[in-house]
Amino acid sequence: MSATVTHHYTTTGLDSRKIAIWAFIGSECMLFISLISTYLIYKGRSVVGPLPHEKWTDPSTGHTFAPILNIPVTSMSTFVLLMSSLFMVLALAAVQNKGRPLPANAGWWTRRLASSQLWLFMTALAGATFLGFQAYEFTSFVHEGLTIRTNLFGSSFFTLTGFHGAHVTAGVLWLLVLLSIDARRGLGPNDALNVDICALYWHFVDVVWIAIFTLVYLIR
Amino acid sequence: MDIHLAPDSAEAAAHVPHGDADHAHPTWSTYWKVALILTVITVGEVWAYYLPSFVASRAFVPTLLVMSALKFVIVVMFYMHLKYDHKLFRALFTGPLLIAATTLIALLFLFGHLTVLHH
Repeated sequence: MSATVTHHYTTTGLDSRKIAIWAFIGSECMLFISLISTYLIYKGRSVVGPLPHEKWTDPSTGHTFAPILNIPVTSMSTFVLLMSSLFMVLALAAVQNKGRPLPANAGWWTRRLASSQLWLFMTALAGATFLGFQAYEFTSFVHEGLTIRTNLFGSSFFTLTGFHGAHVTAGVLWLLVLLSIDARRGLGPNDALNVDICALYWHFVDVVWIAIFTLVYLIR
Repeated sequence: MDIHLAPDSAEAAAHVPHGDADHAHPTWSTYWKVALILTVITVGEVWAYYLPSFVASRAFVPTLLVMSALKFVIVVMFYMHLKYDHKLFRALFTGPLLIAATTLIALLFLFGHLTVLHH
């Protein structure tokens, strides 16, 4: 279970990998805020529909497009992503506490809480479910006539949410790698920092979605 | 939740901040409570979206922004355990975030789009 642990202490006494992931997250903040800025600047400036919150009638055909955003579906996917963050912290706690004896009267639920494989799997599953919701949303938008080339809303919306979806995809792959390592040799306290770094990335993806959900989907 | 592994050498040991390992760590029950709070806020946001009178009011956008910011801060402080971590990590995160947020506000002003905040 215990691989050789290599430490990367800096002059601050902090592990360089942890500093690196926080610096990376800081730079990612700038990336996503630039994409959100672009979306907000273009908001309401599309000359053709479909539009996010308003009906739009094509003057040439007379066809009326309904507001395109599907709030119930997106609310569900938001909830799934929020829950994935809970699963992630439970996975990290399970890895950190691996090897510690459970109380003699530990019940079924306490034993489940100590299973890092279960929580890593649940986190990856929730991430994949979120991606499924996004694939459904993108597909339905295209069927309703909104593509990345249709109007300013389509361009900025697909770019912003597409970048976020790509980050979620990377996170799911990262989680699956950790899960396979856990299944092969078991993750223990010596691996906790590696899981922690993945967890920080995953939570960051979650907080980005918190902002997107409000600014893009809820605010009209 | 920061993991403090034993340093490899005496030199490294000298650089490990004393007392870091004694930081208060969130417990499982804290994580569940945080998840519950996040869910309640999200339900509140969606509920507000479906209240036409509230959507038409001037309080709609600020309320949603505050709720979203609250969720953001809760996740960062508890799930990303920034509340319990070293100050350097806080600086690495909040520094770029503040610069980016300032740029966002400046751009919205420049493009005459800050009306989005006034609905």
